[in-house]
Amino acid sequence: MTGSHQTLALVLFSVFVAVTLGITTWVSRHRHGSAEEFYAGGRLFSPLENGFAIAGDYMSAASFLGISGLIALYGYDGMLYSVGFLVAWLIVLLLVAELVRNCGRFTLADVVAARMAERPVRIAAGTSSVAVSVLYLVAQMVGAGSLVALLLGGSSEAARSWTVIGVGALMVIYVTLGGMRATTWIQIVKAVLLMAGTIALTVLVLLRFHGDVNSLLSTAAERSGHGPGFLAPGLRYGGDWTARLDFISLGLALVLGTAGLPHILSRFYTVPTARAARRSVIWSIGLIGGFYLMTIVLGFGAAALIGPDEVRASNASGNTAVPLLALDLGGGEGSTGGIVLFAVVAAVAFATILAVVAGITLASSASVAHDLYASLSRRRAKQYSEVAVARVAAAGIGAVAIGLGLLARDLNVAFLVGLAFAVAASANLPVLLYSLFWRKFTTRGAVWSVYGGLIPAVLLVLVSPVVSGSPESLFPGVDFHLFPLQNPGAVSIPLGFLAGWIGTVTSHEPPDEARHAETEVRSLTGAGAV
Amino acid sequence: MEQVDRQEGRDAAAMAVDDPWYDATASGWGGEAATGVPGDGRPDAVPRQRVHSAAEIYLEVQRSPAFQEVRGRYRRFAFPATLAFLLWYLAYVVAATVAPGLMARPVAGAVNVAMVAGLGQFLTTFLLTWAYARHARLRRDRAALELRWDTQEMTRGAVRS
Repeated sequence: MTGSHQTLALVLFSVFVAVTLGITTWVSRHRHGSAEEFYAGGRLFSPLENGFAIAGDYMSAASFLGISGLIALYGYDGMLYSVGFLVAWLIVLLLVAELVRNCGRFTLADVVAARMAERPVRIAAGTSSVAVSVLYLVAQMVGAGSLVALLLGGSSEAARSWTVIGVGALMVIYVTLGGMRATTWIQIVKAVLLMAGTIALTVLVLLRFHGDVNSLLSTAAERSGHGPGFLAPGLRYGGDWTARLDFISLGLALVLGTAGLPHILSRFYTVPTARAARRSVIWSIGLIGGFYLMTIVLGFGAAALIGPDEVRASNASGNTAVPLLALDLGGGEGSTGGIVLFAVVAAVAFATILAVVAGITLASSASVAHDLYASLSRRRAKQYSEVAVARVAAAGIGAVAIGLGLLARDLNVAFLVGLAFAVAASANLPVLLYSLFWRKFTTRGAVWSVYGGLIPAVLLVLVSPVVSGSPESLFPGVDFHLFPLQNPGAVSIPLGFLAGWIGTVTSHEPPDEARHAETEVRSLTGAGAV
Repeated sequence: MEQVDRQEGRDAAAMAVDDPWYDATASGWGGEAATGVPGDGRPDAVPRQRVHSAAEIYLEVQRSPAFQEVRGRYRRFAFPATLAFLLWYLAYVVAATVAPGLMARPVAGAVNVAMVAGLGQFLTTFLLTWAYARHARLRRDRAALELRWDTQEMTRGAVRS
């Protein structure tokens, strides 16, 4: 890459950082430091604003860079991510958003604890929320690192590490100073930028093929060297039965994980009512659906115009396909158009990473302060001190994510996100659905279902080929892998549901009818909602 | 003790002003407009219930026909719809794994069955979103809102258990 790419991209990126820091300072000017303000931004965002913010939280660098890259390399098999990421929103819309808005205050644990013995349930749900958030953060950090590697020529390890550290530091600043209000506005700005950038690239790809999708697809298939096989499933996950099971496992994790993501759940509390939560989800489904349709075009566009070999040469897991595509669409290496478009795409991807990272950090700091700290400390923490704890927690989580992000930098971003989704689907979704819909659910059932999903999911990842035993794994030198699948979802999600059921039927305490009635009435009517 | 008595008294008064659930059922939907102030004019038509704590109020509301109706309407839409789209999605994923031959069959030009199925997933997601939003808006929102105000009116001043 030439110097002008870097300069322009860095300038654009600095502008985004300056604008977002401006938002953060402006917002924290009239902050009054309450938990309501810090975790939920005062709950007065409109459905449109929150819809954009949800879309901003959800459309991560993993989607923008990772999915298009996977499609560019493996064709149709990459599309599974696009489909799964979108279909997942139906669970959120139909079963989760409104009810969670009505019953909870800030976190997932609020919803469950309303019916159960508070302390054990909060500790369990808080732990799993933090675990999911940290995994997801690592994925975003890796995305930031590989983007910079491309920008600076791919060789500078130090630059990559410093980017990860810089992104981590910025996100801590956003979250600790601005809380949910600043984070929401950053998400909105980022969602608009990302949609605009994606639309521009998609239009350029389609113009290049004179609007002929058929010719786009056949060129991609031809250029890939696989022929029509490129447009059908099986290139990545088609080999032996292990690979096919992995595909199903991933599919399950994607569709069931979204509803268990802490940073998505916390977004529903930023609007005043359940109806507003529903309307924000509808906005976000529209935005997210449009976005994922466009990532498919970009992926096949990159395969057709750049070719899988060149994409792979730049980054083995395909994370840089879209920036390369932008360079080509603008007129190629050395042209002004190419430089501008490349810089814009790189800056948008940076913005995406920063915003998503801030959203997750905020949600996990809420879990630490509101759930874990408040339950583990002797006396119930006072409100101001809870927010102070949340700020410290944000810094701590930032540090952990930076460390792991440096360690995991060679894994595909979309794939890492798949892991985070698997843990969310195994540990958070069963307990959430059981508490909302099952009359006989008990405290023991709740605790068992969280740990019964979380522990197997994490353990299976640790003994999977992701961590050891293959050339692409985290520790390629050693081999302690026992579990063949890369994604644990197919095993750990049923285990989470099963553990919750067993815990409930074996518990001695009778279910609390009155508190179930309260949860049910509140969840469906909104009575007593904050 | 005195405090509790006073709260009970206030609670009973609240009950008299806006009576329990039977009224809401009668007026909920069916187009006879938002029936004015609930309970006006017929305070004795309904047996007065002495509800002492928030817990009892919620149990009371949960058993009321108006709430059962709202819950039924929600569940009769959401549960079958969830089941249907999950099955459709799983069928899609499983077909992609076990029947790649079928999925690779061309439909028109470079577009094959797999492409059509994938785009079909997008389409059904948008359609279901629209249908759910419409169902909730037309069939559930108003009744849920009435229940919300009534419940909050009842719990105001109730003794938290």
